[in-house]
Order: sequence, then structure tokens, then C-alpha cells
Amino acid sequence: MLKKPGDASTLKLSLWRRAMNQAANAFAIGAAVLVIVPLMAIFVYLLIKGAGALNWAFLTQTPKPVGEAGGGMANAIVGSGVILGIASLVGIPMGIGCGIYLAEYGRGRFGDLVRFTADVLNGVPSIVIGIAVYSLIVLRQKHFSAFSGGIALSVMMIPTVARATEEMLLMVPNNVREAALGLGIPKWRTTLSISLRTASAGVITGCMLAFARVAGETAPLLFTAFGNQYWNKNPNQPTAALPLQIFTYAISPFDEWHKQAWAGALILIVMIVAAVAAVRITTSRGSLKGAS
Amino acid sequence: MNSPDPAEQTQNPMSAMPALAHAASERKPGVASSVLQRIRDTQPRSSRLPDAVFRLLILLTAVSVFAIVVFVVVELVDKSRLSLHQFGLGFFFGHDWDPVNDQYGAMPFIYGTLVSSFLALLLAVPLSVGVAVYVTEMCPIRLRAIISFLVELLAAIPSVIYGLWAIFVLAPLLRDYVEPFLAKTLGWTGLFTGPMYGLGMLAAGIILAIMIVPIIASITREVLTAVPQNQREAVLALGATRWEMIRMGVLRNARIGIVGGVILGLGRALGETMAVTMVIGNRPEVAKSLFAPGYTMASVIANEFSEATGDLYLSALVEIGLALFIVTLIVNALARLLVWSITGGTAGRARA
Repeated sequence: MLKKPGDASTLKLSLWRRAMNQAANAFAIGAAVLVIVPLMAIFVYLLIKGAGALNWAFLTQTPKPVGEAGGGMANAIVGSGVILGIASLVGIPMGIGCGIYLAEYGRGRFGDLVRFTADVLNGVPSIVIGIAVYSLIVLRQKHFSAFSGGIALSVMMIPTVARATEEMLLMVPNNVREAALGLGIPKWRTTLSISLRTASAGVITGCMLAFARVAGETAPLLFTAFGNQYWNKNPNQPTAALPLQIFTYAISPFDEWHKQAWAGALILIVMIVAAVAAVRITTSRGSLKGAS
Repeated sequence: MNSPDPAEQTQNPMSAMPALAHAASERKPGVASSVLQRIRDTQPRSSRLPDAVFRLLILLTAVSVFAIVVFVVVELVDKSRLSLHQFGLGFFFGHDWDPVNDQYGAMPFIYGTLVSSFLALLLAVPLSVGVAVYVTEMCPIRLRAIISFLVELLAAIPSVIYGLWAIFVLAPLLRDYVEPFLAKTLGWTGLFTGPMYGLGMLAAGIILAIMIVPIIASITREVLTAVPQNQREAVLALGATRWEMIRMGVLRNARIGIVGGVILGLGRALGETMAVTMVIGNRPEVAKSLFAPGYTMASVIANEFSEATGDLYLSALVEIGLALFIVTLIVNALARLLVWSITGGTAGRARA
């Protein structure tokens, strides 16, 4: 500093600068707190209200008609399982296949095109995917079904799984592939048993993230799976799903249903947090860390 | 080992790993990739067929991803043809939404979507940038992972649970405390007047803000981390305070990427359905007051699609979906370009 430390103008300036610095610190800390508070609030409310309404009947019975106490969401929990199962069966192989293409073959212009469309698909609002699947399957079949719900969710899983698979495969060192090919192993076997296997921790992360993302999706199920008040064992018929049931109950005017909505939400969030936690555990063990 | 293919580098400039020589050999066998080519040539003919089949299968999955997007577009255009034909461009400016008389105008929904999304950005952007700055520049290393994890967790909560929470916790809070306060202090602006229901545009904006914070924050964090450390050191060496260092050395360098993150958040907010449907009040009106109920493009589809009886009614709803698709497509493409230009393609993925 050229000016003497006691100089009035220096002092004023540094006071202002110091104050700005403190204000910025306070703002950043305040922002962090403000972001965490709703998260905490949501979890606290879920635990208090959800646990209060949760009981054995909730997990084992189907919904009771309006006005009757009791009943549960057993059919919705199972329905969600069926829909998510279909979604995973279709979406994960498709996503991994697409990821393999992007990493191992997709270096040309078509690869870029597929990469771009995967990103586009990732950004398509879920309700729009619902409309598309409605007109593809529901309109042709002329009825709602768990199957169409599963397809809608699988479409939403594909881009996440594909990009995760691609990223992870690109992290596999090339010497690993060369070593395998040098031993005379055909390319398909190298890709599946060597590259994909090496990248498996990260790929599993991607799949679980995709699963967690679609597990709570409601919008595309509104007019594909549609919901059902009764047990339904045929995946080709309208089927109840947990998020749908929560939605219906939450916007209803009945207190009894509100309680059930909280309990359903608690079950749903436990499922999703379990999936995310499983991701954390698998990635901390694997040699290739996931991108998340 | 082998020299990286230049084409590979342009696609993934940030990745430090060697290029995939065998992938490069598909197109232009160079000095390095010829080794793999020779290895391949020495393989017995019997292994070529499975390879070809495998390649075909993999190609098929890639093609089908492309086909899905094309199919979505074709289907939306096809199903909205009736409404496109009937109303033309006037559809987007009409204020009447009257299924009984088969009159459809999308203006109230477009207005609701835009207002709720921009309200959400207004609230979420300062918060997300604040959190990202705190996590990358200020907080102790031990806290860093915890806060990042918590923000990530915020992204994992399903929309319907946000909606549930907003109906029973946020809306009463707004109705009893926040809205009376706003009406008293800012009522003169005209934005905070009228009956206070709790449910309405304000509630939708707030819940959307909470939902898009994790997206903007995580991208901003990645962009800030990508700012070279010596930028910070250089500004600090000039005698800057920490805030001045952050402002001049970090935020200024990262601004394009942050804008990309914000636009990505906007894309999510525009298409968000369930939480908004549950709290916005679902009334197709253009009202100046943020207390008033509104309606968004996504919520009108969610509420009315499965009950739409007439062909024209259904077609009008699909047209709203088509408009939503096109807008989010443009917004997302823009965001990705911006984020890619900063981080070189590693951070463009929204982990929602």
C-alpha cells in the first residue's frame, strides 16, 4: 500500500470492502441454510405424519370406500413394483445398449446425433412422454395398463442409463480392451465381459439413479397405468401405483385419505432413499467411481 | 501407447484418457490403430458373425433411442392436427378455455407456466449460486460432501411428495403468515392483492424454486470447480478480499456456465407437472396478483387429458403438449451448449 495505514481514505475503503466480504459470507451461508431447511422440513413432516398413519393394514389391504376408516395401499405398492419392474426390464438393457454404442462404436456423426437425442429425451417433460405412450399403446389397445405405464417410465430411464454407461465405459483403460482382444477374445465378448464388467459399478450407479428418478414419477402414469382401487394381477389392465395414489388422496377433501397419502409418501421416499443409499455403497466399493 | 485420434479429442476434450484406438480404426486405420486391426484380422472367421450380430443389436438400441424422439414428435404433431387446423396461431393467444362450447385458447396456461417458472428462477438462482459458492469456496472440506449430498437428496424427492408437502405445510404457512405480510408491505405493487388462499401462483413458484435449486446448484458447483485455481490465486495476490476474489476471479469466469445451469433449471420448471398441479389452484385465468390461482400447460394436460371427451378437446390438449415439448427442447439445447462450452461435455447431464 502506498498510503499510510492511518490514512482516512484507506480506512474507509477497507471498511467497505470488509463489510462487503462479510455480507457475501453471510449471504452464502444463509443460502446454504435456506436450501437445507425445506429438505429437513419435508423429511420431518414425512416422518411425523407418515409414521403416524402407517400400520399393518396400510401395507396389506386395498383402499376402503370414502367414509370408511382403515384400508391401505397394498395394491398400489405391488402395482408400483410391477410397473417399475417392466420399466427396468425394458429401460435398462436399452440404455446400456445405447451407452455401449456411444462409447464403443459411436464416434461418427450418427453417434453425435444419438447423444444429442438422448439429451433431448432427458429434457422432455414427463407429461409429454405420457401423451406419446398414451397414443402409441393405450389408444391402440383401447384400455389403460401397467404395461403402458412401464413403457412410459422406461423411456425416461433410457437417457440416464445410456449416458452413465457411456461415461463409465470411456473410463475403462484401452489396454484392458487390447489385452482381451490380444488373447483372441471376440469383440462382443470383450465389450460385455471385460469392458462392461470393469465399468459395472458406475453403470449400476446410473441404473439406480434412473430407477430412483422414475420411481416417484406420477405424470406419465396418469393416463397410462391410470390407477385402480382394487387388486389387479394382470399387467394388461389398469393398475394402481403408489405416486398416483398419493396424488389422488392428497387432492381429495377427506382427512382419512390425507393421512394415507402421508403414509404412502413415507413408503415411497424410503424406497427411493434406499436406492440412492445402495448407489453410494456400490460406488464407494467399485474401482471406477460414478460421476454423481 | 497410441496417439489419440483428433476426432476423439474434439468430442471429449476434458477426458485425459487415451483415445479408443479400436473405435478409431472403424473409420481411419492409422499407425496406432493398425495393431488392433491386425489382431482382429488374425481372429478366426467363426468369431466374425457373433461380432456382426452384436454390433447390429447395439446399433438397434441406439437407433431406437433416436426413433423414440422422432416418434414422440410425429405423434404429437399428428394428434394435434385437428386443433392446429381449427385455431391456427390464434390458439396461443386465445384467452377462453371452454370445453363445453369447444373453444380453446392456451393463453392462461402459457401465462401460468411462464410466470410460475420465472418466479421460481427469481427465488432459486441467488440461492443456488450462494450454495454453490459456499460449497466450493468457503465451507470446511468436511461439510462440503455433506451439503452436496443433502442438495442431491433434494433432487431425489419425487414431485408428488413436494406437492403433498406444499398442500399441507407450505400453503397454510403462506396463507396465515407470508401472504398477509406481503399484502401489507408490498400490496401497492398490485402483485400481492386479493383473497389469500395459500394455494396459487406464489405457492407454485416457491415449490418450483425448491425443486430446481439442486439442478442449478450442482451445475454451478461443477462450473465453479472447473475455474482454474491460479485465477483465484492471482486475484488474491493483488490484495482482494475473499468476496472480491469470488466475484472477479471465479464468478466472472464461470458466468456462461452458470447461465447454462439456470436455463437447464428453467427447462425443468417449465415441464414440471405434479407439484404445480397440486398447489397452483387450477383456474384458467390471467391474473396479475400472485395470490390468485392460475393454471400451467403441464397441469391442464395432467388434469383434463384422461377426461377429454371431444376430439377437438383432446387435440387442443395435445397441442399444448407439443408447444411444451418444443419450448423445453429449445431451452435444454441452449443450456447444454452453454454448459458444454465451459466444462467440455462432462457436466451437461442433469441428474434429476
